[in-house]
Amino acid sequence: MIYFIWTAIVIIALSMVALLYRVVKGPTPSDRVIALDSLGITLICLVALFTILVETSFFLEIILLLAILSFIGTIAFSKFIEKGDIITRDDSR
Amino acid sequence: MLLQVVCLFIPLIAAIFMPFLFKKIRNIHTGWFVLFVPLFLAIYYATFVPSISKGETAVVQFDWIPSLGISFVSYIDGLSLLFSLLISGIGALVVLYSIFYLNRKKEQLHNFYIYLLIFMSAMLGVVQSDNMITLYLFWELTSISSFLLIGYWYNRDKSRFGALKSMMITVAGGMMMLGGFVLLSLMGGTFSIRSIIEQAPLFATNDTFVIALVLILLGAFTKSAQFPFYIWLPDAMEAPTPVSAYLHSATMVKAGIYLVARFTPVFALSEVWIWLVAGIGLLTLFWGSFFAVKQTDLKGILAFSTVSQLGLIMSLLGVGAIAYHVNDAADTVFKYASFAAIFHLINHATFKGSLFMIAGIVDHETGTRDIRKLGGLMSIMPVSFTVALIGSFSMAGLPPFNGFLSKEMFLTAMLSVTEFDLFNFSTWAPLFPIIAWVASVFTFVYSFYFVFKTFTGKLQENELPTKPHEAPIGMLISPVILASLVVTIFFIPNLVTDTFVKPAVMAIQPFLYSSPEDVHIHVSAWHGFSPELWMTLGIIVVGLLLFVTLSKWQKYYNTLPEQFTLNRLYDFTVNELLGSWMTRFSGLYMTGSIRNYLGYMFTAIPIIVIATLFIKNAFVVSFEGASPIHLYQIILIFVLVIGTITTVYARSRITSIIALGAVGYTVSLFFVIFNAPDLALTQLVIETISVALFLLAFYHLPKFQKVEERTRFKFGRVFISVGVGVMVTLVALSAHSQKLVTSIAEYYKETVYSLAGGGNIVNVILVDYRGFDTLFEIAVLAIAGIAIYGMIKLRMSRKEKNHESK
Repeated sequence: MIYFIWTAIVIIALSMVALLYRVVKGPTPSDRVIALDSLGITLICLVALFTILVETSFFLEIILLLAILSFIGTIAFSKFIEKGDIITRDDSR
Repeated sequence: MLLQVVCLFIPLIAAIFMPFLFKKIRNIHTGWFVLFVPLFLAIYYATFVPSISKGETAVVQFDWIPSLGISFVSYIDGLSLLFSLLISGIGALVVLYSIFYLNRKKEQLHNFYIYLLIFMSAMLGVVQSDNMITLYLFWELTSISSFLLIGYWYNRDKSRFGALKSMMITVAGGMMMLGGFVLLSLMGGTFSIRSIIEQAPLFATNDTFVIALVLILLGAFTKSAQFPFYIWLPDAMEAPTPVSAYLHSATMVKAGIYLVARFTPVFALSEVWIWLVAGIGLLTLFWGSFFAVKQTDLKGILAFSTVSQLGLIMSLLGVGAIAYHVNDAADTVFKYASFAAIFHLINHATFKGSLFMIAGIVDHETGTRDIRKLGGLMSIMPVSFTVALIGSFSMAGLPPFNGFLSKEMFLTAMLSVTEFDLFNFSTWAPLFPIIAWVASVFTFVYSFYFVFKTFTGKLQENELPTKPHEAPIGMLISPVILASLVVTIFFIPNLVTDTFVKPAVMAIQPFLYSSPEDVHIHVSAWHGFSPELWMTLGIIVVGLLLFVTLSKWQKYYNTLPEQFTLNRLYDFTVNELLGSWMTRFSGLYMTGSIRNYLGYMFTAIPIIVIATLFIKNAFVVSFEGASPIHLYQIILIFVLVIGTITTVYARSRITSIIALGAVGYTVSLFFVIFNAPDLALTQLVIETISVALFLLAFYHLPKFQKVEERTRFKFGRVFISVGVGVMVTLVALSAHSQKLVTSIAEYYKETVYSLAGGGNIVNVILVDYRGFDTLFEIAVLAIAGIAIYGMIKLRMSRKEKNHESK
């Protein structure tokens, strides 16, 4: 079991390095945004595996938070790329 | 008997009422009210004369700051009584003169008399203070009031320049003097000058003795316009003439003389003192007399002559200090020196005061003080001419005027130096009478130059701005009184010396005399065919020859001293060195670029820290107690390093921002693997928000100049950043390697539930054990939020306002 988790951690860490490569290299901002989004997901996996490894339940909140942040971040980035603005001004004022 | 201390402050108190008197009573000259103050003081101090001339002293103390030993002490002995009488007596005459000199309608009289009264108080305080701190207080007050008086016509450039110059020089000296006082009080354990004098013999071996000596002398020399600090005095002549007569001839410039005389019993044991006081005095005497002939302004001549005469008095005081080093001093000729110094001080105050007043009258009645335009005033202004003649002849040292007596004694004292053989005096002593003689010849020349160029010769009526006529009678009263004193003192010198000079000499040389009667000096106008008399005859002959041939050699002489002016040095120092050079120097490092300032900081911090680390031998590396390193940690560090390197080397800003975000998330992962879930949560959220904010800032960069380029490589910056990194690493390693105390975390662990009733130790620490920090971090966040809101909102509103106004 422990070896399995370790292997998973190593694989995910390596995939993080690969994703990071995309973040650094990525020809367009969209590549980088998607790489970052995936990086967030791999982080969730890593935290989950680590939680199993150290046999604690304290880190489960982090997983939830990461999921939310990753989602919000990606949405924000997408809107930024799309419209050049994240929070649009209320026109009625 | 507190009156004696109160008297010091009477002029200050009177000064308060001057504006009322000036504003409310317009048809009476304010000076008439002021006149009562010095008159009262003069009469009051005159009542001390009988007891003081017997050798008694009067002391009244008023505690000011008892815990620090600072008090106002009015200590009246022969020396301070003489000065007090000079200050109040000549003060009265000067006020009388100023009533007729200053126009009631055109001048700001209340200002003038306030400054003058402040000065009077300050000067009385200087000469009567026994406490060194209050002496310094009054000393600075004389500097300030003198500054105000010189700059009285403040709309003139030259007045302001002269005021500033005198202020700079005298205050610099005053600060030095304060240092000397502090050193003395440390040596003696008291601020009282009397007790310092009593313990003086113990000080000579002290290390700081000579430093205190030099510092106090610097104060005295700057105030008394000695070489090379005399340069402020000629520029102070921009003051109204009553001020020049009062401050810059009779009283303030003698404060330094007073200081030297007062501290002679303390310092006379040192050869440095004798050499400095006598040498600088003699140099000043020669220098001032040499330059006086060059002047074309009447007051300029008098200013240089004052410098020269002050040098004379100073050198006499220096020679007088020799009396401490010879056996049976009371029987030797050295006793003459201090006596002559005090005697000449009185004489100088009388004749120089009258001469200044005459210069003021000439200025007032002809409209100019330029000696090249003046001449032939003898028949128009007979009274002024007589007074000027008496004053000048006295200054030149001719009988039957008091200057003759003190000049003779001066020559006696200078000749006596040749008999002294301590401290290398045998080598240099022959120079003393020679320089003194040469300086006296020049004194003779400028005295004649002053009086005869002004009053004889041809009247150049078209050169003069106004038609000359004799001064009003009120203006002539004061100079005539002074001039009659000049003559009177010649005929009754012993009455004056017995009353004033001998008690003062006793104060200067308390170890030699126990009562004024012990000073066995009898002044007589005729004392046989002594060497002094032949020297005086020589002065008259050579001086007359030089004066008659003045027009022949003056042009050579005028070209000569141009190279030696110290004014040029002062101007260079103030304008170039302190002005533009300093500005340029601060411009060198105060570039206004934050990049440079950060550079200074981050260069200084690693140098200081690393140097301390190695000087104190604090650098230790030990891996004892270090945890084992796991593979995932290595991978995470790898990610972190890549993120960091990308941030620094990224070609575009957006890459840097994203890489920074990656670094932040990796750090939150570290929090996870080091078991800090709360930190990890916060870090994740904060990182997301700050990356968003960075993006916001990035998006709003101005369109032009938005050149996306890689950070340029600069070796200096790399060096600095490597230095900072090395410093932090070294400090962290050594800090980790030597833990001195154990952690207090055990206590929290044990009590987190039992005392605080919580399970989450981090949160309990934040809100319970150390809730105060949290409170103020909340405050920080609130401030930041309000500031951001304000920044955005206020900018917007201003923009709107601009819009509306258009």
